[in-house]
Parts: sequence; C-alpha cells; structure tokens
Amino acid sequence: MAEALDMTRPAATTPMLEVRDLNAWYGESHVLHGVNLDVAEGEVITLLGRNGAGKTTTLKSIIGIIGKRTGSIRFQGEETVAMSSRAIARLGIGYVPEERGIFSSLSVEENLMLPPQVRPGGMSVEQIFELFPNIKERLTSQGTKLSGGEQQMLAIARILRTGAKFLLLDEPTEGLAPVIIEQIGRTISRLKSEGFTIILVEQNFRFAQTVADRHYLVEQGRVVDMIPNAELDRNIDKLHAHLGV
Amino acid sequence: MFELIGIPPQALFGQLLLGLINGSFYAILSLGLAVIFGLLNIINFTHGAQYMMGAFIAWMLLNWVGIGYWPSLLLAPIVAGISGVIIERLFLQRLYHLDHLYGLLLTFGLALIIQGLFRNYFGSSGLPYQIPAELRGGQNLGFMFLPNYRGWVVVASLVVCLATWFVIEKTRLGAYLRAATENPTLTQAFGINVPLLITLTYGFGVGLAAFAGVLAAPVYSVNPNMGADLIIVVFAVVVIGGMGSILGAIVTGFGLGIIEGLTKVFYPEASATVIFIIMAIVLLVKPAGLFGRTA
Repeated sequence: MAEALDMTRPAATTPMLEVRDLNAWYGESHVLHGVNLDVAEGEVITLLGRNGAGKTTTLKSIIGIIGKRTGSIRFQGEETVAMSSRAIARLGIGYVPEERGIFSSLSVEENLMLPPQVRPGGMSVEQIFELFPNIKERLTSQGTKLSGGEQQMLAIARILRTGAKFLLLDEPTEGLAPVIIEQIGRTISRLKSEGFTIILVEQNFRFAQTVADRHYLVEQGRVVDMIPNAELDRNIDKLHAHLGV
Repeated sequence: MFELIGIPPQALFGQLLLGLINGSFYAILSLGLAVIFGLLNIINFTHGAQYMMGAFIAWMLLNWVGIGYWPSLLLAPIVAGISGVIIERLFLQRLYHLDHLYGLLLTFGLALIIQGLFRNYFGSSGLPYQIPAELRGGQNLGFMFLPNYRGWVVVASLVVCLATWFVIEKTRLGAYLRAATENPTLTQAFGINVPLLITLTYGFGVGLAAFAGVLAAPVYSVNPNMGADLIIVVFAVVVIGGMGSILGAIVTGFGLGIIEGLTKVFYPEASATVIFIIMAIVLLVKPAGLFGRTA
C-alpha cells in the first residue's frame, strides 16, 4: 500500500477529505479493498473505472450509507467512518446519487426544498433558478415527471441550497444528451470557480477531462493510479487499458 | 320514491347515519394503519388494542381523576401516543430490516397482552361512558332524527382525517415523511433524522387510534374487546383502499361504512360480510387496492 499512498499525496494544502485503507462490504460481499485518496479544498477530482470497480461504493462510503466500512475517512480533520449518514451530511457534504434520487411522491418544489440547510451560505432559490431556469417552470410537477436532464439539474440544485461545499456527484452525465452534458459540465466548472470541492464518478473520461483537476483510477475495489488532468493525454493508453474503452 | 321500493325513509337514513358513524371509525383507524405501514413497513396489529386503550384512558381520566370528555379527546391520544413511542423504541425499531411477518407477529402478540391486561383488570362486561352534556339530545331534520353526538363523531372524524391528509400532503414535515417513506437511505443522507420521524409517526398513528377510541366511548360501551372486534373489519378496509395510501384510507373508510349501512337496509343478511366480499373482489381485480400503487 505504500505505493498507493505515494500516488495520493495532496497538492500543497492539507486535504479537505482524506481516505485511508477504506474497506466496505455489501452484506457478505467485500467490495472495497483499501481505497486511498485525498481531495484538497476547491479541487474537482474524478473516480474513473469500469462498472463494478467500486466508484459508487466509494462515494456511498464517504456519505455513510454503506452498512459496513472500516479504515479512515477524515473530513476537515474529523473522522467520519463510524458516523451515521445524517451526521456526515450535517458536516457539509452534499450527495447526488446515481440515478439522481428524485422522489416521485414529492413535487419538483418539494424535492428542491427537501434537504435541510447544513451550513450557512447555501444558494438562494433565486440563484438556483438563475442557474437552472427549467426547474422554475416545472415547480408544481411531480418530481419524476421531469426529463432525465432536468432531474439531474434538480438533484444538483437541491444540494446547492443546503450550504454544503463538498459535493459527491455519481455519474451526473449518465444517459443524457450531449447538450445536457455540456450544461452540466458548465455547471460543475462554475461551482468549482465558486470554491466548491467535488468528487465526480464518471465513466466518460472525455467529459471528466473537461472539468477535473485530477483523476483516480479505481479497479477491483482499489485506487490503482492517480493522473493529473494535464497528463491525461499522455496516459491515454494506460487509461484505455484500465477502462477497457 | 322510498315508498316505491318499500323502504321507509327513517330506516334508510337511520342506517345511512349508522354507516357513516362506522365509516368514521374505519376511516380514522385505517388512516393510522396506512400512515404507520407507509413509513415503518409494519402492519400494526396492535391498532385495535390502542383504540381500546384510548377509550379506557378517557374512562380512567373521568372516573379516577375527574377529567371530562373534552380534555380527554386530546389527553388520551397523547398518553397512548407516548406508549406507542415506547413500543417503537423498545421493540419495533429492531424489526425494520426483517420480513413483514415479524412485525405482524410482534404487534399481534402485543395486542393480545394489552387486551389481556385490561380484561384482567376491568372484566369484559363493559363500562359506561356518558355522552358529554353539550352533545346530548338531537335534531329533528324532518326526514329523520339526528342525535347530536353521532353528528359530532362524523364531523370530528372528517376534520381529523382531512387535517392529517393536509399535513402529510401539503407541508414541509409531510414532504419529509413522504421522502422517508419512498427512500429512507437517501433522506437520511440529506441530514434528515429519519429514525426520529419513524418514532413520531408511530406515536401519531397510535394517537389517531386512541382518538377514535375516545370518540367511540360514549357510542359503544368501553370494553377490552372493542378493538379486537373492529380491527378485523378495519384491516379489510385497508386492503380494499390499498396499503399505505392516505386518501385511499379515508375515502374507503367512509365509503365502506355507508355501503355496510345500505346493505343493512336492502339485504340485512349480508351486512356483516359485505365488506369482506368487496375485499375478495378487489383482491382479485386490483390486488394493490383501489388507491394503492403497485410496487
């Protein structure tokens, strides 16, 4: 593991999130086998890897919705590996799940207003409407009546209201049209410029390349490599080998 | 017109009113069951015993402490609700990850214990509870005589049902409840205290049952078995309306009360079974219930 630790050395500042030797289980099945990664404040990093590599599980472990996890997850210096997801969210971590997690029994407005404020300084509803004008027009619709792209916007928007400055985005571009993917890319870049820190799970490394600072390659429940964005093109063969694309 | 089909209007409206009264109790009780099932995934077989507890708490408040009907209408649900909170914290919360069957067995056992305790202490012959002075007497509506208390039961039950529906469907708290019902893991990952919501929901559902019990005390006698008799019908109502549907529970409760009343007029022999016949038909045609969502 010493080698893995080397790869994850943070840029310059102390990391906002520090994951060490993270193991996680779904019931009896051991899914993560010692994940190590660091995220500095203001960074956008991605987890790249094949289906089933453990990217989503890593995010779920960070937000605390995996039943059994061991190792260490330190957020702003605080150990969270044994905390409930409710307490972790209250530290200021916003989670956008795979498949977006829009509630069908709630209207668009109720979905937007659902997550409680966890930190001061969240976006106002007006700012959110300015960022995602589509949402404003559909407030009274049932949440799941929105298009896939709109649901993704809503899933991100509702987190921005809470004041969380550390975001976990699980495949926000999955199944969406190129125009929408572009819009989500612009949103992520804007959030980065406003000081948000983001972990992005992606299968689409072309998209990841346009928004991220660094990329972690995840394979069989481990981080096997870290590639700074500037070196992504030089490592394209390695990437192909890992992602199988 | 009534003479044409040989039914005197007094009998028709009398039974219709009786049906509405029964429907009021069906509605409140099945509403409580639906709310509890929605969030806890537990079929609360203790519900009938908790309804009975409501009536007994009102009786005890009156005869032991001298607290009358009106304060009891609020106090009995609170006391019963607290007992519900204790049951949820002590027992139910250990069962959520298990099959429905375990919750059903536990709450059924609790119902037997609670009913046994009350029977042991109060006997099973029933205790009287007076109609409050303000609601004695009745109104002559021309076509029928309406006892004031019965009118009050229907109105009170409608108000409580609609208020519950409003809170669940139209408020922030209700949005939390619906979200936690649909996806508790994600709701919790937003920082919402789902276990607390679950505990309070059970307490509230039990409180609803106890409220119905207080309403029932002056109508039926206060009896340890009053809930056991009623709850079987209420479960049929819930099955017909669809488990977990709020509006479905209310509409089906009142609707089936009325159907039952009308059956007493037109074909009395079937009045005790009509709800179960409807249940069988609904299960065959629409297994998720009239208002239920198929999973």
